[in-house]
Amino acid sequence: MASTKKAQFDAKKTLEKIEEQFEMFQILNEQGEVVNESAVPDLSDEELQELMRRMVYSRILDQRSISLNRQGRLGFVAPTAGQEASQIASHFALEQEDYILPGYRDVPQIIWHGLPLHQAFLWSRGHVEGMKIPEGLNILPPQIIIGAQYVQTAGVALGLKKRGKKAVAITYTGDGGSSQGDFYEGINFAGAYKAPAVFVVQNNQFAISTPREKQTAAKTIAQKAVAAGIPGQLVDGMDPLAVYVAVREARERAINGEGPSLIETLCYRYGPHTMSGDDPTKYRTSDLDNEWERKDPLVRFRKYLENKGLWSEEKETEVIEQAKEDIKVAIKKADDTPKQKVTDLISVMFEELPHNLKEQNEIYQAKESK
Amino acid sequence: MAQMTMIQAITDALRTELRNDENVLVFGEDVGVNGGVFRATEGLQKEFGEERVFDTPLAESGIGGLAIGLTLEGYRPVPEIQFFGFLFEVMDSVSGQMARWRYRTGGSLNAPITIRSPFGGGVHTPELHADSLEGLVAQQPGLKVVIPSTPYDAKGLLISSIRDNDPVIFLEHMKLYRSFRQDVPEEEYTIPLGKADVKREGKDLSIITYGAMVHESLKAADELEKEGYSVEVVDLRTISPLDVDTIVASVEKTNRAIVVQEAQKQAGIAANVIAEINERAILSLEAPVLRVTAADTVYPFSQAESVWLPNYKDIIETAKKVLTF
Repeated sequence: MASTKKAQFDAKKTLEKIEEQFEMFQILNEQGEVVNESAVPDLSDEELQELMRRMVYSRILDQRSISLNRQGRLGFVAPTAGQEASQIASHFALEQEDYILPGYRDVPQIIWHGLPLHQAFLWSRGHVEGMKIPEGLNILPPQIIIGAQYVQTAGVALGLKKRGKKAVAITYTGDGGSSQGDFYEGINFAGAYKAPAVFVVQNNQFAISTPREKQTAAKTIAQKAVAAGIPGQLVDGMDPLAVYVAVREARERAINGEGPSLIETLCYRYGPHTMSGDDPTKYRTSDLDNEWERKDPLVRFRKYLENKGLWSEEKETEVIEQAKEDIKVAIKKADDTPKQKVTDLISVMFEELPHNLKEQNEIYQAKESK
Repeated sequence: MAQMTMIQAITDALRTELRNDENVLVFGEDVGVNGGVFRATEGLQKEFGEERVFDTPLAESGIGGLAIGLTLEGYRPVPEIQFFGFLFEVMDSVSGQMARWRYRTGGSLNAPITIRSPFGGGVHTPELHADSLEGLVAQQPGLKVVIPSTPYDAKGLLISSIRDNDPVIFLEHMKLYRSFRQDVPEEEYTIPLGKADVKREGKDLSIITYGAMVHESLKAADELEKEGYSVEVVDLRTISPLDVDTIVASVEKTNRAIVVQEAQKQAGIAANVIAEINERAILSLEAPVLRVTAADTVYPFSQAESVWLPNYKDIIETAKKVLTF
């Protein structure tokens, strides 16, 4: 007969002990007040203004991208509004020699790293010129296969380590992406090799229509780092200063040879999953939307900077106008890019064309010259 | 010259390239201190150090991602997938990622990766070790797929694969690893990818084949010769892209052909070879091009290998059908 003795293993306590290690890191509250004085990063006034400038710019880029998509002047667009702190402040913590392996929603990060705007638009439209990476720019094209960027990041980071470079590989996925095998393999490989990688999970709480709670019973995604034996941190993803500090510290640990980190940024996307027919009103309430709009990273950072006398409506208008102008110029440049031909596609398949493609190249050359 | 088995020729090729190019990295499950489950990487870690030849966690997808990531810092990865039946775990890294690397970046990046992996039947392996899955990767634009059948070819083709600046899948038939020795030059040499090799010349029938079936075909050709038939055996060596010129030249000479593969009829690449012949040499054909393949079942339980795997007898039978059509 089975024993009815009390179990020796306190399962509930085990879970609670794990969860209490992953409390949310925050510096600015919703009102733009500093709630964690000792953690405030050492950023100059100019740097703080530049961070705000980039966040505002990115919000405008999102609004314009959605509208250009509706006009049929852009193709694939994954809205980013709401994630400015998570995307832009994390990027702000990087150096130019760091590599970015973005997901499909992470176009802003690679733009700020140096990808020309018109190329980002060409990528959205589906043009070979879009992700022709400028010489020396350490980015990859947005990854469509959720999780693939994680295993690749382990490789990039190992490469940096082997070359003895003081740089990191940073990658991004969403809450849904943390359910993939490649997510786990990526952080585990980087951990096993003590490679300089920063893994960011932007938990915007919905993977298309599936709420975060349906992905996992784990209380936080940050605690998944435990499975890889690496540090994990839950951060207020609507707080630019907290995100900046978390990534900066992860970067420091990485370049000091202490290995990778996993950072969960708790955030929200105001728009649909993508502009390809997703309707968030089917799975999200307006109450929830409103709750998260109150947490808007722009609102709290604006208040923070205004209180310091570092931001004004005038400054913001200037950024907005600049963004609109840049976008107009970039769209025009994208429009002016020559149309793709099959021979263009053939030419970028291999260094040296194999027999079948040589043959097909001739056939298409003849067609194209008609 | 030295007498080498195919596995020794492979190790020799790896050693050659590890010496030649400091960017070459060899990694996978148990390829380091253990020297690989088939000894293919034996002694390499000792000679080149853990920085160059190293073990990985047990995760094929991670290995694929690691290889891709390492190319960004200029490395030339030669990862191993322990058995090609485990391809499914890493199919995205192979077909979804590295094959498309140059294309998706408009030619600005490339993936000089060579994936080595054993496959093939006849040695009573457990489940999903011996499956012939070359047909899957042969369908992916952006990959080259190489399958040597001799020690000499293995060395020259592997050196070429490693030097290629685009991804190559290099499949090593387990039954051929140690089944015979051959003279292999000790110095470095290359064999161009995408080039077939006529292993035996003949006038009456072309047998187009690859992998372990090359040897079954040569055996069949010997038997058929006793009955007065002169049979040509074309070893494809690279199954993607196909060496259409050599295939067509042979068929135009013999006017009859069969294609022989170990894979199931619905798999492999035999159908592709036949289509190319039909498109390019139909007027030379005296008979339809027939196939020798395995049955369209899952790879056999090991005790059933002998009745399931195609062999020289099946080849003779099909050859005669075509010769007497």
